Amino acid sequence: MLAYIIRRIVQSVLVMLAVALVSFALFRYVGDPIYAMVGQETSLEDRAALRDSLGLNDPFVVQFARFVGNAVQGEFGISYRLQQPVMELILSRLPATLELALISGMAAFVFGVAAGVYTALRRRGALSTAIMTVSLIGVSLPTFLIGVLLIWVFAVELQWLPSFGRGDTVTLPWGWETGFLTQSGRASLILPAITLGLYQMTLIMRLVRAEMLEVLRTDYIKFARARGLSNRAVHFGHALKNTMVPVITITGLQLGSIIAFAIITETVFQWPGVGALFINSVRVVDVPVMSAYLVLIALIFVVINLIVDLLYYAVDPRLRVERGGVRH
Amino acid sequence: MTSFLTAAPRRLMVSALALALVASASHAETLRWARVADALTLDPHSQNEGPTSTLLHHVYETLVRRDTDGSLKPRLATEWSIHADDPTIWVLKLREGVTFHDGSAFTAEDVVFSMDRVRHESSGFRALHSAVTGATAIDDYTVHIQMAGPSPLYVQNLTNFFIMDSGWAAANDVQVPQNFAAGEENFAVRNANGTGPYRLVSRDPEVRTVLAHFDGHWDADPQVTEIIYTPIAEAATRVAALLSGEVDVVQDVPVQDIARLQQTPGITVGTGPENRNIFFSYDQASPKLISANVDDNPFSHPEIREAMALALDRDAIQQVVMRGQSQPSAAPLPPFVNGWREDLHAYGAPDYDRANQLVRGIYPDGFSVDLHCPNDRYLNDEAICQAFVGMLGRIGINANLISQTRSQHFPLIERWETDFYLLGWGVPTFDSAYVFNFLVHGREEGYGSYNGARYDNPEVNAMIESLATMTDLDARDATIAKIWDKVMEDRVFLNVHNQLLAYAMRDGINLPVHPENQPSMADVTFAN
Amino acid sequence: MQDTKPRGRLFRIWDSDVAASFRRSPVAIVSGLVALVIVLAAVFAPWIAPTNPYDPSSLNLMDGFTPPMQPNAFTGNSYLMGTDNQGRDVFSTILYGARISLFVGVSAVLLAMVLGISAGLVAGYRGGWVDAVLMRVADVQLSFPSILIALLIFGVARGIIPPTQREAMAIWVLIVAIGLSDWVQFARVVRGATMVEKGKEYVQAARVIGVTPLRILIRHILPNVMGPVLVIATISVALAIIAEATLSFLGVGVPPTQPSLGTLIRIGQQFLFSGEWWILLFPAVTLLALALSVNLLGDWLRDALNPRLR
Repeated sequence: MLAYIIRRIVQSVLVMLAVALVSFALFRYVGDPIYAMVGQETSLEDRAALRDSLGLNDPFVVQFARFVGNAVQGEFGISYRLQQPVMELILSRLPATLELALISGMAAFVFGVAAGVYTALRRRGALSTAIMTVSLIGVSLPTFLIGVLLIWVFAVELQWLPSFGRGDTVTLPWGWETGFLTQSGRASLILPAITLGLYQMTLIMRLVRAEMLEVLRTDYIKFARARGLSNRAVHFGHALKNTMVPVITITGLQLGSIIAFAIITETVFQWPGVGALFINSVRVVDVPVMSAYLVLIALIFVVINLIVDLLYYAVDPRLRVERGGVRH
Repeated sequence: MTSFLTAAPRRLMVSALALALVASASHAETLRWARVADALTLDPHSQNEGPTSTLLHHVYETLVRRDTDGSLKPRLATEWSIHADDPTIWVLKLREGVTFHDGSAFTAEDVVFSMDRVRHESSGFRALHSAVTGATAIDDYTVHIQMAGPSPLYVQNLTNFFIMDSGWAAANDVQVPQNFAAGEENFAVRNANGTGPYRLVSRDPEVRTVLAHFDGHWDADPQVTEIIYTPIAEAATRVAALLSGEVDVVQDVPVQDIARLQQTPGITVGTGPENRNIFFSYDQASPKLISANVDDNPFSHPEIREAMALALDRDAIQQVVMRGQSQPSAAPLPPFVNGWREDLHAYGAPDYDRANQLVRGIYPDGFSVDLHCPNDRYLNDEAICQAFVGMLGRIGINANLISQTRSQHFPLIERWETDFYLLGWGVPTFDSAYVFNFLVHGREEGYGSYNGARYDNPEVNAMIESLATMTDLDARDATIAKIWDKVMEDRVFLNVHNQLLAYAMRDGINLPVHPENQPSMADVTFAN
Repeated sequence: MQDTKPRGRLFRIWDSDVAASFRRSPVAIVSGLVALVIVLAAVFAPWIAPTNPYDPSSLNLMDGFTPPMQPNAFTGNSYLMGTDNQGRDVFSTILYGARISLFVGVSAVLLAMVLGISAGLVAGYRGGWVDAVLMRVADVQLSFPSILIALLIFGVARGIIPPTQREAMAIWVLIVAIGLSDWVQFARVVRGATMVEKGKEYVQAARVIGVTPLRILIRHILPNVMGPVLVIATISVALAIIAEATLSFLGVGVPPTQPSLGTLIRIGQQFLFSGEWWILLFPAVTLLALALSVNLLGDWLRDALNPRLR
């Protein structure tokens, strides 16, 4: 057990290093940060001096080593663009992204499971076909277009919901800025959450449907029916319960994808989260923010993966045998 | 979920109603102001960048200000003149009775301190003050600025020179602007203490900045007492926010939305010329181009440069790409800049037959070349390039469009890695010398950093250098005219147009368009 | 009836279970038709389209913003679906754009398939550390957002490819970027199936008589995993087309002079509030129809290939 955990942690660290290396290599190519940092009047000599003082002329290996050394201490430097400590900047934006991801993830889960169960039980019904088809529209249009269309309908034409931003926020004692506690904060969440959650909802719905269909055919369900249990008990007590493990796993693993698509949603809705921060940073080659963001995303998914793996290991004895068998 | 789905609209209506009541009942006026990007920093000497300076003009003040008609107006300086006995000294008389937001008095010490700070190596404004050797306080309200040589137009460089409180700077350890390499945040980045009409209430960078009127300000009280400033990067969202009534003023209106907004009840759009010209330029000096498929440099032939000018249909670009929101012109110089002449502005109708003959005379099969273009810097920059690619295609020039973000585009010009490119240029000093220094003078120490044309004419260089110290303004203007004649004759630039600015706002708000796109919300008036 | 062989084969296909289920499903028939029409229109775009929007010299800027089926105020020209901001005929641009989108989508998925199947076969068959490494890499990719991976690859490619080649290479970079972010699901499915098949007796037997592993993989195991692979591939094509559109919104993608459907939508959404609805509507509807029909076909295929669901 301990050996397995250690091995997994070592692997995670290697993954983190790989991500850091790739993201760092990338920054050499996205453009020249100096242009965004100084005005058009700045002489070529001053530009060269600034480039030098930032260490941008050092060999790649030196720059990377310096970056990793600092990153380990949680030190990502100062944003070239906003001139603030990068860690502080990202931490102040993180609540917005996490709240958005949480709400859209939860909505996607609830509606996805409900629709998935329904379409599995009424496989050939007209409404099921309709749900399956309509849900596909959500994955057949690019996210940014869905967002713009929602703004057009609900903010401009109907004027029901705000078109941009987070509304009013309340700062909780430990510095977490939340939009949940104000009316405008909650109203502002709706359109971005729909935009972001639509794709995940479709995914979860289809997964639940497929799993339900599988489980409903198993002997276990047939025995349950044979025992004279009601349909309701069979469907929800037995079938749904059995589909939940893979569904929850996938939903958890999708968190990374939600955060990635938040880049687009946040840009469209001017949502002050880390995704919008990242894209704004890419445009002006704000290397410290970009690298910190990528390392953060990598960290989030590595941790989730690790937890999922360890949970599986703890829960499912077969896995222990299989993994062991493969490895030794 | 459902409860706030239904509650939200009612709530929004109530607050809109409340706002309307407040608006008519009292003098407290909040203005919600949106534009494409936030100020990068509140440090007044760090970033020489449009949105940053615009916001800072509300909190900090300059010695002189640029009025909406382009003229200089007194602000913290009441008078400015060249010293009677020494043409290398500027004498500034300062306004008395001005206080900073923290209550300390404004004196000559603060100007001297700010002059040192703005010339520090980590200042983004350093180049504008490169001719200054030092500033001295003669008394509390008189400052002498010592120049390296006669600098008759230096005062034009002061419109974005913000005055900081020397005592506050010392107390908060911000005597120099942000140094990126140091890896520490400067206190002045998110805190401010100026003499401006508004003081900083709160700031969440890229989210919201709130300013409130400063009671101790020396000038008449503005009608706007509170400003809520929100950047909205996406064009569609920005327009949507105005249409849905969530903001009052939108500064960066996409040209295609101007007509629709003008027709929308409850919204007005103000337009005016911006101090920024958009032009193409090309390497006319190298023996061979990087991207062309011919062995010599096509742009070195005057005939090819003439043919390209004949192919550029400025009126079509104005009508279709810019929706009428531009002033086509032959020279890269806005009308209010010193050196502008009617004949520089004149341009002819396109003549594709003649242009084709000129090109085919040298290259019977035409030629191809890459055209570099930014896609996030100027109004419809990519679409302008695309349109010109089509026009060039009709005369046998196959331009391969490469449009990219500004941080990739501008280094190409700086490093001479582009043969043919689009560039926009503003003239903050309102004098032609600024154009010549950066774009026309051959590239050498302090000159020609954006001279991607590789144009290098010793005679012209000498004339440009002489402009800096000429005190006889009539002779100076004559030299400027001579330089322009040569620049136009050699077709260093293929100018497209001068950009127009558009501000969209709620009916009843009156915000004049500022030629440098630096509107002041203190100038806003409300109609009743 | 003399020429029985091709006809016989066609007939066998038509008479197969899969075809039977296709004939029974109206959704499958309609989406199959829609997809077919769009694909054919895209493939034959140069012969169908009234104009060539990729030839800049044929464009007249003054034709810009012509509403559908109304004469232009300056030139008097009129177009079925109107023109965009550059005076390009929207109908022709959609045909050419669909061509690019489909090319990117299909090529990216082919790349992902080749990579994923190879990795899956090797990992499943060899097991051991090869499997461990490949699956760990797959884990990284699966949870690391695909759109970020595509952005990263695009950024790196920018630096490697010489500036003058960049625009010409943009479409290939897109294909690699989307393909590389998409191989994992193929690898996982194939790996699982391979591990199951490898234990079966016929594989053991083949191994005993000295058949090379490569031959076993290709001749015996691969055919058995093609069903699920095909389902994933179909849906992935739709996803890849959407991913291309999303990347174009983020500023990476094909040059604006040769727009894909996604680029057209990005351009069109700028005119949502200004009244030129046709610049957005027609490309968006085309993309929706294409992606939706491909998705529905994938759905149907999944059910049809799963004998237990019948």
